[in-house]
Parts: sequence; C-alpha cells; structure tokens
Amino acid sequence: MDVRITPAQPMPIQEIDVRTDTRDILAHSRKHSEKAGYADWLIVDIDAHHTETVSWGEVVKFIDDPVLRDQADTYHRDRVGAPPYGLNGDLGLRYQDVGGRIPHQSGIRETVDDTSVHRDVTLSRRAMDSFQLDYMVLFPTPMLFLGMHPQPYMEVVLCNAYNRWLTEEILPGDPKLKAMVVIPFNTPEEACKTVERFGKCPGVIGFTVTSTRYKPVHSNEYMRLYRMIEETGKPLGFHAGYHWQDPSLATCNSFLGMHSLGFVWANMVHMTNWVLNGIPERFPGLKTVWIESGIAWVPFLMQRLDEQYLMRQSEAPLLKRMPSEYMNTNCFYTSQPLEKGNMKAVECTFDMIKAETQLLFATDWPHFDFDSPRVIYDMPFLDEMQKRRILGLNAAELFGLEVKPHQRG
Amino acid sequence: MQTVRVGRVNEFEDPGRKVVAVGETEIGVFCLDGEFYAWVNDCPHQGGPVCQGRFFTKVLEVLGADQSSHGRTYEEGTLHIVCPWHGFEYDVRTGKHPGAPDIALTPVTVQVQDGEVHILVD
Ligand code: FES
Repeated sequence: MDVRITPAQPMPIQEIDVRTDTRDILAHSRKHSEKAGYADWLIVDIDAHHTETVSWGEVVKFIDDPVLRDQADTYHRDRVGAPPYGLNGDLGLRYQDVGGRIPHQSGIRETVDDTSVHRDVTLSRRAMDSFQLDYMVLFPTPMLFLGMHPQPYMEVVLCNAYNRWLTEEILPGDPKLKAMVVIPFNTPEEACKTVERFGKCPGVIGFTVTSTRYKPVHSNEYMRLYRMIEETGKPLGFHAGYHWQDPSLATCNSFLGMHSLGFVWANMVHMTNWVLNGIPERFPGLKTVWIESGIAWVPFLMQRLDEQYLMRQSEAPLLKRMPSEYMNTNCFYTSQPLEKGNMKAVECTFDMIKAETQLLFATDWPHFDFDSPRVIYDMPFLDEMQKRRILGLNAAELFGLEVKPHQRG
Repeated sequence: MQTVRVGRVNEFEDPGRKVVAVGETEIGVFCLDGEFYAWVNDCPHQGGPVCQGRFFTKVLEVLGADQSSHGRTYEEGTLHIVCPWHGFEYDVRTGKHPGAPDIALTPVTVQVQDGEVHILVD
C-alpha cells in the first residue's frame, strides 16, 4: 500500500528567548482568544506590568525637586553598571525567571520600530493584542518595594516622578492603557497631594498602595486620605509584593517559598487591620482592590477572622457585620495567580468571595506566574455570564469603563 | 492518520529539536542520544508553547548520609524541556513533569526509516 508522506511546516520560532516578539510568545493565547470569540467579550486586565527601571533615566527627569533631579541625571549619565537612582529593593535577588527558564521574565528585548509612541506602549499593545484585551491597567515593578525605602521623602519624590512620566508619556499613547497611580503612603499628607494632583489625569482609574510596608493602614493619619479617595469615586488598590528581609520570610531559603508567602502576607496583614478597625464602616463608599495575592488566602482569612471576632467582639466594636461580609462586599480581588490545583476548593473560594461580582481578571503579564484569560474561561463551574463578569464586566462597573453593547453577552 | 516528514536524522542536533506545524497542530520532535521523541506543543498547564522552550538538565538536591542538605546538582543524562510560559519542566524522554508525573505532554508517534524522521498525525 502506498503511504502518502507530507512534509511538515517548520515553525518560524524554534526556541523562545528574550528577543522573541511578545506576539510570538503569546501566539497560543491569541489562538485561544479567536476560538473563544473574545472579540464579543469585554476583557479587562486589572494588573499588568512594565519595567519602569528600563526607562529610569527618563523617569528621573520628572523629579520635582531640582537638586535631586540634577543628582539623578548626573548619576545616570556618569555611572556605569549602577542600579536605578534612588530606588531601594532587591538588587540582584531577582530569581523570578528560575535561572533563565522563563525568558520573558528575564527580559523583553524584542525589536520595537514604532517611534511614534513609547516602547512600553508598543510592548503593552502586543500583549493586549495577544490576550485580546480591551483595557490593561499598568503597574510598575521594582517600585513595588518603595514602601520599605529608608528615606520616606524618596518614596514621595519617586512616586510623583513616576506618576508624571506615566501620565504624560505612557498613558496618552493608547486609550486602552489605564493606571492606578502609586501613592507615597508612608507620608500621608503627601499621599493626599498625589491623589489631588493625579486623580483626574486621563487614564487614571484609581490609586495604589504598594503593600510591602510596615505602616498600619488603620492609623488615624490616613483618615483624610481615605475620605479624599472615597470622594473621587475611584478604588484604592493594595498591590502585593515580597520582602525577603522580613524577619520571618528571611527563614525561607528559596525564592519559591519566600515568594509564595510574601505576595500574600502583606495583604493579609493589611486586610486584617482594614476590616477589624471598621474602615469599611467609616468609609462605606471606598472600594478596595487586593491585587496579585491570588485568592486562596481570602477564605482562610474570612474563616479565621469570623471565628475570632465572635469571641472578642469588644475589640472590634465598629463592625456591624461579620468580617467576611466586608471582605466580599466592599473588597474586590484580582484573580492572578489563580490557585487551581483543587477544583472543589476553587469553587468554594469563588463562592465565598462572591466572585461573580468581586473578582477581577488580571494577567500580571509579563511576570513568570502570569495568567491568560483562559484560566477563567476554562473554569468548569462557571456559566458564560459569570465568566464575562469576571473577565471584564465587573471591572467595567467598578472603574466606570466603557462597555460596547455587543460585549454585554 | 497521516505520515508527516520532519527531516533527515542528520539535520537534527543532539540534543536538539524541530518544532513543526501540521495543520492546526504544533508538534515538537526531539532528538536525544540518537533517539527521537515527539510531543504536542501544548502545555497541560495553560496551553503554552512548551516545545519552544529551553533545555535544562534535571536538578537534584544532594543529601549527606545524615540527611543534611549539600546544595543542588544536575542529574547528567536527564534532559528537560521547560515551558517558556511559566516554567513547567518535562522529561524529554517520558514527557512527564518531574515533580508531578500525572502532568504529562501528549505523545506523538515518531518513526525513523532510512535516515528520515516521520511523525504520525491524526
Ligand atoms: S503553560 Fe506551560 S508552564 Fe504554564
């Protein structure tokens, strides 16, 4: 019998590396999007990143303080191999790419020819195109450590420089790009000024506290800030991060262990203080978004706080409901990195956090534990409307984003 | 079932691979120590392009007789293909994740005849 032998088509990319185009890295996601028919869905990514330190030489030109601005400029002009001016952080402890196994986490060095917009706009567009996103909320990366800066003034200076650069150079490049500007939370009166200054800039849809810090969120010095943010009608996000020097996390000898705990820990502490001190009762119109901690921690904390609260109500007299009831009404959660090893547990988590209204899809692209929209789309226990809500409609409601009629489902 | 020609044996590096498309299906054909293996280029985790990832040798932890840890080393001879999306590793020979053997790549039949490497695809 004759066997007809056909030649195979070699794929244009044989090995993905740091120079591979985002659209090639994410080609499978694009394929999935087309199959799923996302063109008729609203897909909003509430947490994606750019690496602002790649452009740090530009960012420091936006520092308000003329002396520091000159110093930063000289630093970047004269020093070779120095880390970004003024930034604290983890220097060389950047093991996120697992020793080069995950190239897009190591670096994004693909070619960008379009000079009409900033390179970060082009890179974000490529990711938006691959995931079929309608909106992408962009966060910085190394700046997530700013809450640990030994000089609180530098947190103020660098937050504002970044916010200026972001709102003047990046967001105007594409109306699909949005931001929750970073506020210098360790200096409350300056945090208020940041809200005033940037809160109405086009593309700014909320405010961010970088969660890794040791200031208690219920401190009286924040009440004016919370009132101001409440009045803007825009949410306040707590963006998680890690801090390996935290004494208990310093016992972890692997990035795996430290990162697994670290990205949840700060938000667990802040949420506990937030709820037990009745901040949702004091500022009922203030919506919070808990970003990049996954969601498995939420049912744990709900149960733990409810259990203890009933025994010690006198220590939290502002509460009119159970702690868990604040956690699934006033609080919203981004989905990534979605823990999904045990589908029963995932279903229970979705139920407990009221995912249908409170869960917001996020990719965290281009980081090593990013999620594609498929993690929601493939959830076996969700119906189509629930998927649509989580992938975009919840975010549209919370942030006031435009939804086209055909995207309502 | 169609027989698809991937290339001549001597066109492969060892270790090496060729990632090809057959209609809608993408397949990675690997050469390791003169043997050929083929896996669907669709990672069981989130559908990433696993066969377009990098090769890494399997990592082991070195333990002393008293169970004390003495760092890590490579298990020479055991090669992994690492999915570039999130780093799931798979043994090139077995297609299994080294830490969770239930997670495995989908195999494709490879035939080597007269110096030609063929795969059988639905
Ligand atoms: S898709 Fe392969 S590791 Fe996630």
